[in-house]
Amino acid sequence: MPRMNSASELEEFRKGVLAKRDPDKPCIAICAGMGCLSLDNGRVISAFEKEINTKKLKTKVDIRATGCHGYCEKGPLVVIYPEEICYMEVTPKDVPEIVSQTVMGKKVIDRLIYTDPDTGKKAARQSEIPFYKNQVRHIISHNSRIDPQSIDDYLAVGGYAALSKSLLEMSPEEVLDEIKKASLRGRGGGGFPAGRKWETARNAPGKDKYVIVNAHEGELGAFMDRALLSGNPHSVLEGLIIGAYAVGSHQGFIYTRHDTPQLKNNIDTALAQAAEYGFLGNNILGSGFDFNVEVHLDIGIFVSGESSALMKSIEGNPPEPRPKYIHTSVKGIWEKPSVLNNVETWANVPLIINKGSECYAGIGTERSKGTKLVSLSGNIVNTGVAEVPFGTTIREIVYNIGGGIPNEKKLKAVHFGGPMGGSIPESLLDTPLDFDELSKLGAPIGAGSMLVLDEDTSMIDVARYFLDFLSNESCGKCVPCREGIRQMLKILTNIRDGKGREGDIALLEEISEVTSTASLCALGKTAADPLRSTLRYFRDEYEANIAKVKRPPAEKRE
Amino acid sequence: MTMGKPKKTSEIIVQIDGKKVKAVEGMTILEAAQKADIFIPTLCHHEKLEPYGACRVCTVEVEVRGWTGLVAACLYPVEKDLVVKTRSEKVDKIRKLILEFLLAHAPNSPQLQELAQEYGADRDRFEKESSFCILCGLCVRYCAEVKKKNAIGYVNCGARREIRFIPEIAATECVNCKECFELCPTSYLQAAFVLTESLAFSKDSSPAALKK
Repeated sequence: MPRMNSASELEEFRKGVLAKRDPDKPCIAICAGMGCLSLDNGRVISAFEKEINTKKLKTKVDIRATGCHGYCEKGPLVVIYPEEICYMEVTPKDVPEIVSQTVMGKKVIDRLIYTDPDTGKKAARQSEIPFYKNQVRHIISHNSRIDPQSIDDYLAVGGYAALSKSLLEMSPEEVLDEIKKASLRGRGGGGFPAGRKWETARNAPGKDKYVIVNAHEGELGAFMDRALLSGNPHSVLEGLIIGAYAVGSHQGFIYTRHDTPQLKNNIDTALAQAAEYGFLGNNILGSGFDFNVEVHLDIGIFVSGESSALMKSIEGNPPEPRPKYIHTSVKGIWEKPSVLNNVETWANVPLIINKGSECYAGIGTERSKGTKLVSLSGNIVNTGVAEVPFGTTIREIVYNIGGGIPNEKKLKAVHFGGPMGGSIPESLLDTPLDFDELSKLGAPIGAGSMLVLDEDTSMIDVARYFLDFLSNESCGKCVPCREGIRQMLKILTNIRDGKGREGDIALLEEISEVTSTASLCALGKTAADPLRSTLRYFRDEYEANIAKVKRPPAEKRE
Repeated sequence: MTMGKPKKTSEIIVQIDGKKVKAVEGMTILEAAQKADIFIPTLCHHEKLEPYGACRVCTVEVEVRGWTGLVAACLYPVEKDLVVKTRSEKVDKIRKLILEFLLAHAPNSPQLQELAQEYGADRDRFEKESSFCILCGLCVRYCAEVKKKNAIGYVNCGARREIRFIPEIAATECVNCKECFELCPTSYLQAAFVLTESLAFSKDSSPAALKK
């Protein structure tokens, strides 16, 4: 297989790949994302393969098992190119008809296309469906077009051009400068400027430096990183290699989940292919730059995703956070400068290099640039992964993309950031999606999970649920976090069960303040955030629950 | 955090409770304070062990270059222009609640009782817990770092975290050592040992069998 040693060899090879592809040749793109696979899409894929075989259409039609298309609610999803006809809730029974009617006959099958639940209006093309139409898809746009197991598919959509440009036309400082000018902020939750992190590591003393992809994604209700990394692993890898070049690192790590074999498989394949093509290893694209990547799997606990715990885990130790009075970008893995960014952050890098920082920063708000992946779940019509520019209002996301609240219920709150996030009430729905705006409201964006809650939801239950999760998924090392969560959980359970007492709210506030200030790591420091946000916006619910408690008459109480 | 002696010792002056204290680069606030005879309470700290930062009782208020924060004195490295307050309203509030959390586990620990008195912690504020271990980790770390035996470790995580002897190692290593026993601020460690001994040591290695 080819090993590319220069920019011209890469472009030559890309031309070859494109020349072999006929844009008018029908292609059946079947979503093999995790949502669709769990809806038994494996059988749909087999059915298409069988049908194409028996009809002897193998040379006339391509079949592609792709990454997640995003519209999980309507899976299994199948898109027929070049017309881009999008079929939903496809079963193996539908397959012969799709092949004969649509692929060969160029006719749309009405019952399989999108129907607007309110107006009854139908939409056949993917780009006409409201869920897709109202998004701006830059990061995840290729997911429905490429087979994640094929590096040629990635090259066909322009892949590794940014790597070639960075390594061969730009100095590491120029790359770093572009990232800084683009104001790229970490998508994992903190929103920390990626360029500043890279620069700190670049300037830190020492020869050995590391770059890491945080693909742990333990946040409840977050599933966009899995969709992206599993569906388009090369886009993340390309970003990582460019980052390594800018930082001066020759060793990278991808830290991901042990419980998602498909993800691991796609990453392994991507790494092997990238090495074969000369995008990893020694003297990448003839630039003289060397870089390798290793994959590490977690042991299945939420705290593994915390940066210092993650680095401990890579060292081979239990994933226990260590104090970070010295940044991990100065002292990280084995005390060496280590840059940790999440999946989506890395995937933004090739985009910035290709488009230029100015164009990239043209999208978004003043201090949050570019687009953001969000995963929609809870009481929402359209569960799925969506991408929107920063600045889009929460209302637009929930109603225009998410399709609103099912069963004619009213929206009560939207919860961001899982167990370390917060909820905003309906009255704040016109808030723009923005790191700082949402933080100010006590509901930091987190990694981008949006849990939509309808009027039947008890916010006490919501706060209790997240604390219950953390009581099992934290490490248990430091007292304010471990014991604080234990006591807050007990109080919330009592309130829920109608055993709340006067003074409980004040006690919750006292504990949450100590947990937030005195805990060792970010998990502990934000563990009480869901509780605090519900106390901020839904305090009356707590008060009503406590007031409802039946007490014996005063004279009997002594 | 590196605990090795720095080759070049550059002196740093820090201010602790209004007092100018001479410290050396690489030192923690706790070490600098101890050197100047300023008391900061600790529960999980031990001079022979790497700083751990779990109990957070040593939380102090710091100010440096206009930034103020609450940090663990056993971990935070001294730096130029650092101003430390070992007691303040915020600090005392944190210590009081931490002690109350721990008193729910070990209400009779003399160490906890002494600190509880200082900070006005109510030992009955929270419902008593069944485990009287406060998970300071002194035993686990002493066995690993000083004795290098790892006869005791943590099991489970979060609220279910506990210490446990590993019978296969403990049966041969612990009988004649037990140096960790006196480090334990509660009596949980001894109880855990006796439990392991009675349940899991093979008959040949039990003290009774050895005496025979």
